[in-house]
Amino acid sequence: MTPTFPARGAAPHAGKVRRSFAAAANAEPETWVRVTGVEAIPLRQGRSVRLGAREIAIFNLGDRFLAVDNRCPHQGGPLADGIVAGGTVVCPLHSWKVCLESGAVRKPDVTACVPTYPTRVEDGVVLVCLGAAPAA
Amino acid sequence: MERLVVIGNGMAGVACVEQLLKHGPKFSISILGDETHPNYNRVLLSSVLAGQKDADEITLNPVAWYAGHDIDLRLGARATQLDRAARTVTCEDGRRLEYERLILATGSAPVLPPLTGLNLQGVFVFRTLDDTRALIAAAGAGVRAVVIGGGLLGLEAARGLQLRGCDVTVVHLPDTLMNLQLDAVGGRYLQRHIERLGVRVCVNRCARAVLGDGAVEGVEFADGSTLPANLVVIAAGVRPNVVLAREAGLEVRRGVVVDDQLGTSDPAIYAVGECAEHRGVVHGLVAPLLEQAKVLAAVLAGHRDERYRGSIPAAQLKVMGVEVFSAGEINEGDGLDCVRYEDAGLGVYKKLLLRDGKLAGVALVGDTADSQRYAAWLRGGADLTARRSSLLFPAPAPDGGLDVAQLPAAEVVCGCLGVTKGDLIAAIHAGGINTLAQLKDRTRAATGCGSCAGVCERLLRAVAPDFVEAGPSPICACLPFTQEQLREMIRSQQLTSVQEVLEIYGQGEGCEVCKPALSYLVDLVWCGEHEEDRSARYINDRVHANIQRDGTFSVVPRIRGGVTSPAELRRIADVAEKYRVRMVKITGSQRIDLLGVAKEDLPKIWADLGMPSGQAYTKGVRMVKTCVGTDFCRFGTQDSTRAGIELERRLENLYTPHKVKMAAVGCPRNCAEATVKDIGLIGQEGGWQVVVGGAAGKTVRKADLLVTVATTEEALSAAELFFQYYRENANYLERAYDFIERVGIEKVRKQTVYAPAPARAALLERLRKAKALAKDAWLEREDPVHAAQFVQIQAMEVPQP
Ligand SMILES: Cc1cc2nc3c(=O)[nH]c(=O)nc-3n(C[C@H](O)[C@H](O)[C@H](O)COP(=O)(O)OP(=O)(O)OC[C@H]3O[C@@H](n4cnc5c(N)ncnc54)[C@H](O)[C@@H]3O)c2cc1C
Ligand code: HEM
Ligand code: SF4
Ligand code: FES
Repeated sequence: MTPTFPARGAAPHAGKVRRSFAAAANAEPETWVRVTGVEAIPLRQGRSVRLGAREIAIFNLGDRFLAVDNRCPHQGGPLADGIVAGGTVVCPLHSWKVCLESGAVRKPDVTACVPTYPTRVEDGVVLVCLGAAPAA
Repeated sequence: MERLVVIGNGMAGVACVEQLLKHGPKFSISILGDETHPNYNRVLLSSVLAGQKDADEITLNPVAWYAGHDIDLRLGARATQLDRAARTVTCEDGRRLEYERLILATGSAPVLPPLTGLNLQGVFVFRTLDDTRALIAAAGAGVRAVVIGGGLLGLEAARGLQLRGCDVTVVHLPDTLMNLQLDAVGGRYLQRHIERLGVRVCVNRCARAVLGDGAVEGVEFADGSTLPANLVVIAAGVRPNVVLAREAGLEVRRGVVVDDQLGTSDPAIYAVGECAEHRGVVHGLVAPLLEQAKVLAAVLAGHRDERYRGSIPAAQLKVMGVEVFSAGEINEGDGLDCVRYEDAGLGVYKKLLLRDGKLAGVALVGDTADSQRYAAWLRGGADLTARRSSLLFPAPAPDGGLDVAQLPAAEVVCGCLGVTKGDLIAAIHAGGINTLAQLKDRTRAATGCGSCAGVCERLLRAVAPDFVEAGPSPICACLPFTQEQLREMIRSQQLTSVQEVLEIYGQGEGCEVCKPALSYLVDLVWCGEHEEDRSARYINDRVHANIQRDGTFSVVPRIRGGVTSPAELRRIADVAEKYRVRMVKITGSQRIDLLGVAKEDLPKIWADLGMPSGQAYTKGVRMVKTCVGTDFCRFGTQDSTRAGIELERRLENLYTPHKVKMAAVGCPRNCAEATVKDIGLIGQEGGWQVVVGGAAGKTVRKADLLVTVATTEEALSAAELFFQYYRENANYLERAYDFIERVGIEKVRKQTVYAPAPARAALLERLRKAKALAKDAWLEREDPVHAAQFVQIQAMEVPQP
């Protein structure tokens, strides 16, 4: 995906494979943060969490959890409050549709995307990988 | 009277008897049927399997019909022997019937291809109602189904099973699907459509065995490969039921051989329907069989000149979302000119075959809008020389009336049931028919495959004095059904959650359009006893507040009738200060809006306010705006304030297809603008006018008068009737004013205030039931549906800087 929006704080892992353990493939150190018990996020819903300078939306898709910045690329709407449609979320403000896997906007036809973050589940806890801290 | 015995209680046999009765009483009639049901519409078994129709909706002739015509009906009676010399028929149970004339209408039976393992549990055929019931019982989410045979029947079975949640594969021996009706190119277009629906297709595969030990476990192919399966449907063609005729020594080839008067080689015996072979052809579709039935009835009634001269079969695939039509010849050949159009992107394929300037065959995939026109050319043998350059274009006349106007009165509109344009017009004129449903009911047109519904509707529009539009459009791309169909599916399939509907009909996903609509529909159908799933609700309905452009929320408490008190106002003021509400605003609805509230503060604000939700964020009951009425106003004729508060109390906390704003005013000066509300009560000397369907939004519309009544209680009751009727019949996101424009105020009156007393009581009863379960949504502050309903998650650890 081409330029990320918003420009500030674009995550280094945008577009990368979920649940990546391939730290070696990447020169930067990975920071996995224990966020919350899986039960805090209801099925097919999102919840937001503040992690350092970032606000991240984590979604429970039943077979996996996906995390993106909680800021719609359109006008900053809270994606965590959107309706999940398959592997996408629909922003509650003006219905932009954002792919939760890649972060890319699916509707309307614009080139924009939100940063995504790898996740994994360990002992009933959702972990999010923040990568190297952004220059905040 | 002569003794007439009909063997076979199916579509052709009974149609012939129906026609015969029109000619007057000449026979004493017995019908033998080995199925245990009275005659039903076999064509619609596909719709029953797909869950679009109930089994009892497809009955064509109820038992009472037979009794009413003195027909001796024997159900579950299988004829096993025919003695032509003695003129008797013997049944399986030994009973014997004498006849003077005999009709064989035994139809056909599924062909079982030479596979081993067909006796395993989980192997089905698809021919009768009992077969269909067994299939429905075995189908379900997670079942892996393999359909052997990719013809009309196999594809309809496949789609039906898929709609019931099965994971379906169609296995077809030839290279392309529906090869009896489509050429190879058309078959490949069809395959892409079918695959897009989520049904897997394997062509050019020969099944050798059904595997399993007791129950089906898989299917094995000639090349040794296998496919796992728990359910197998054999749809590999049909074979006429001719054993009886052959054993009795009648001339039989593929079917029982008949002449142009449907007579067999025995002058007392006739054959009609799928068991008959006429001029070398055995027909397998309803329209030709009904033509045969008509001719045979006339012959039996003594019209010796009637002749059946054969039919051009026209086939239509009844799979929602895939349009296929085929009639006449299929493949190119000597003396045939081919006119073709294809668009792979749109999935549209059209092919016409012409011989000597006349249409000889047509195949349409992906767009069958013109099928009626081509079928008419084919049947009528129209000379197309002059139109040669525009056979595929332009589309039929844009003037909706023109193409029906051009049809001659004798033209058959409904090919399935043989109803002509003349029949339809006569029925419309004869008796108050204004809707497609009534026309179907009266004439049976469009009750077969349904493909002529469009023409019937255009005809109604042109002829019926008060035509009522059906106007169905699918709800969204992931769920290709109208809301009316969805309501019916939810009801008949007993689906109580959004996700259940989506798993079965929408590939499990759904979107922001269908999910909230389905949430409303399951709630409505089950009167509040549905399984609530907040993930399918818009954020406003998860946190019961209206999301603002910055992600904060607004809070509008309920102030019934706009009447408040100093203490309440003081409390509101305190709350606004305590939570540093960004703006306090008097709304256009006589209420107070607190704007700019953070999500996590919502439950606390509600508790401090101690007032119920005003539902300003949802598709539900907003407010009843009132004027001061008789208590204070010198013009007042009715106590509008009290009436408005009572109306709000009766309806508050209920959800509706779209927001419902109401008003009650004390006189026609209309200070609270009741004439531009969804429901308005307008006081006048000695009573009330109840008005509905007003609007003052994007468009302005003056409300229609629903009824004028004498007492406040009657006015409230009329408002309730309309309210519930709107809840049950409007599409989700259809405001009352759009609903009324669509349905018409006359119909609304007929079905609410002027409905028979039991219908009115039933509407009110359903309203009461829903209301009894409806709660103030803000009480979720004490009893949240989910622990993290309002709060942001707090991370367990702080990220390392
Ligand atoms: C699922 C499905 C979908 C179809 N869809 C379409 C469609 O869209 N369009 C279309 O034109 N056609 C369609 N057809 C075909 C259509 O239903 C048949 O062509 C039509 O029903 C044949 O009528 P019939 O009266 O000849 O035979 P049937 O309707 O089969 O009636 C024959 C009856 O005779 C009984 N019988 C047989 N032998 C005996 C005996 N010895 N004693 C007593 N009773 C006996 C049978 O049990 C049966 O009830 C479909 C068929 C099926 C199964
Ligand atoms: C995001 C957009 C909108 C928001 C958040 C919003 C919010 C509101 C709220 C909270 C009220 C008061 C409701 C009540 O007291 O129950 C209201 C009233 C009203 N709104 Fe909106 N509204 C929006 C868009 C619109 C639009 C687009 C229109 C017109 C096309 C509209 C027309 C009205 C009218 C006419 C009223 C007053 C109704 C009456 O007095 O009967 N609103 N709106
Ligand atoms: S509508 Fe009539 S009764 Fe009500 S305030 Fe206005 S003038 Fe008075
Ligand atoms: S802010 Fe998300 S669509 Fe506008």
